[in-house]
Amino acid sequence: MADLKSWQELPCGAIIEDMKAVLDNKTGAWRSARPVWNKDTCINCLACWIYCPDASIVVKDGRMTGINYDYCKGCGICAAVCPPKVHAIEMEQERK
Amino acid sequence: MILAKTGNEALAYAMKQVNPDVVAAYPITPSTEIVQIFSNYVHDGLVDTEFVAVESEHSAMSACIGAAASGCRTMTATASQGLALMHEMLFIAGGLRLPIVMAVASRSLSSPLNIHGDHSDSLASRDSGWMQFFCESVQEGYDTLFQAVKIAERTSLPAMVCVDGFILSHCLERVESFEDKKVRDWLGTWRPNWSLLDVARPILVGPATMQDYYFEFKRTQIEGMNRAMPVIEAVQEEFAREFGRGYGVIEEYRCEDAEAAVVLMGSACGTMREAVDTLRKQGKKVGMVKLRVFRPMAHEQFRRALARFKTVAVMDRMDTVSSWGGALYTEIGSALYHLPERPKLLSYVYGLGGKEFSPADAAGILEGALAGHKDELVTYVGVR
Repeated sequence: MADLKSWQELPCGAIIEDMKAVLDNKTGAWRSARPVWNKDTCINCLACWIYCPDASIVVKDGRMTGINYDYCKGCGICAAVCPPKVHAIEMEQERK
Repeated sequence: MILAKTGNEALAYAMKQVNPDVVAAYPITPSTEIVQIFSNYVHDGLVDTEFVAVESEHSAMSACIGAAASGCRTMTATASQGLALMHEMLFIAGGLRLPIVMAVASRSLSSPLNIHGDHSDSLASRDSGWMQFFCESVQEGYDTLFQAVKIAERTSLPAMVCVDGFILSHCLERVESFEDKKVRDWLGTWRPNWSLLDVARPILVGPATMQDYYFEFKRTQIEGMNRAMPVIEAVQEEFAREFGRGYGVIEEYRCEDAEAAVVLMGSACGTMREAVDTLRKQGKKVGMVKLRVFRPMAHEQFRRALARFKTVAVMDRMDTVSSWGGALYTEIGSALYHLPERPKLLSYVYGLGGKEFSPADAAGILEGALAGHKDELVTYVGVR
């Protein structure tokens, strides 16, 4: 608790400039369904990357490389926007 | 330049002179004309404003929040059910400390449905973190809108400028207007402390906070409001120096040797002035204290102004429906409680749903204050 800031040290309007604070909050723990990516059928259209609200689609050199489950909340939008003919992302229930 | 303008016309004209970056609004009686006239200014190219026509007041305030968070000087207008529909977003604008300025043509809330003026809508938003100014005249509404922009930007708090629906919003009055350039020079360019569009300095706006930080962030917001009163007073003085009309947080009218006084806000202050003059001619020592700023609460000003009276009648154009009268009555009561000797407080609720409030009604309340007592805790003026 010692490292918590007092109210006088906080920014006006709860603006967060230190993005590390965002990275510390691993929102993946909220997930009840996980997107599972099939790299063999993926065509790298990157629609999932555009739509992901939490920057959980990992892209390197213009190619989809995987999903960051530390932050993915399992909203399913990546699976929804993946072209139906491609169907490279499928949602699966998280096991207890 | 002297103009003949209704309250709505004057507020729309003031918005044109401010030339805000963004206006997002949805029309509702009696504030519709503000938005309608302003959209004409946009159409005619008289302002540089991005006008966002939305599908509801909830969306209007949401769009204003986005615009203000992007560093834009942002304004809107609403009333009544529209203000009620914005309620959720008002708190977000307050918590994010966004200096949005909103004109409100205060009106009753349904049910029963009524389109006329009272303070039920604006005072229902009193705890949303917005500053609130209540105006007596169209001129005061016009002047206050400029002040509100400066005060909001200097305090990082949103501000409502309230004029009584129909009584001010639709009545033609003489307005002394200023030149566009003078207004714009006085307001200067808005330089926000941060902006969502500043890619060189990425920020997160609107984080989730838990038990460890929510209260601390609210404490910073409370401090912002605690510090707003001196800023309001300073801007009122700057306005008086530049434009020649002075306003106080409260105004004491013929209070010097008064034994009893009435406290109220909004357009009925004009009626009450006349009633005070009439009773003064009869040798009765009465005065009026007009409240202009409801948020932040002028508790220190009230203690200074009201301590010397034997009786103070407090008039509310709304009722808290709590069996304890109106918002002004309860708040002034709590402000005066801290005095070692305090006046007796009488509660009057008047003019709901635009019910006529006449000089005779005003005189009756002053007489009641002089008598110093009444049988009922809350008197509902003019109710059959």
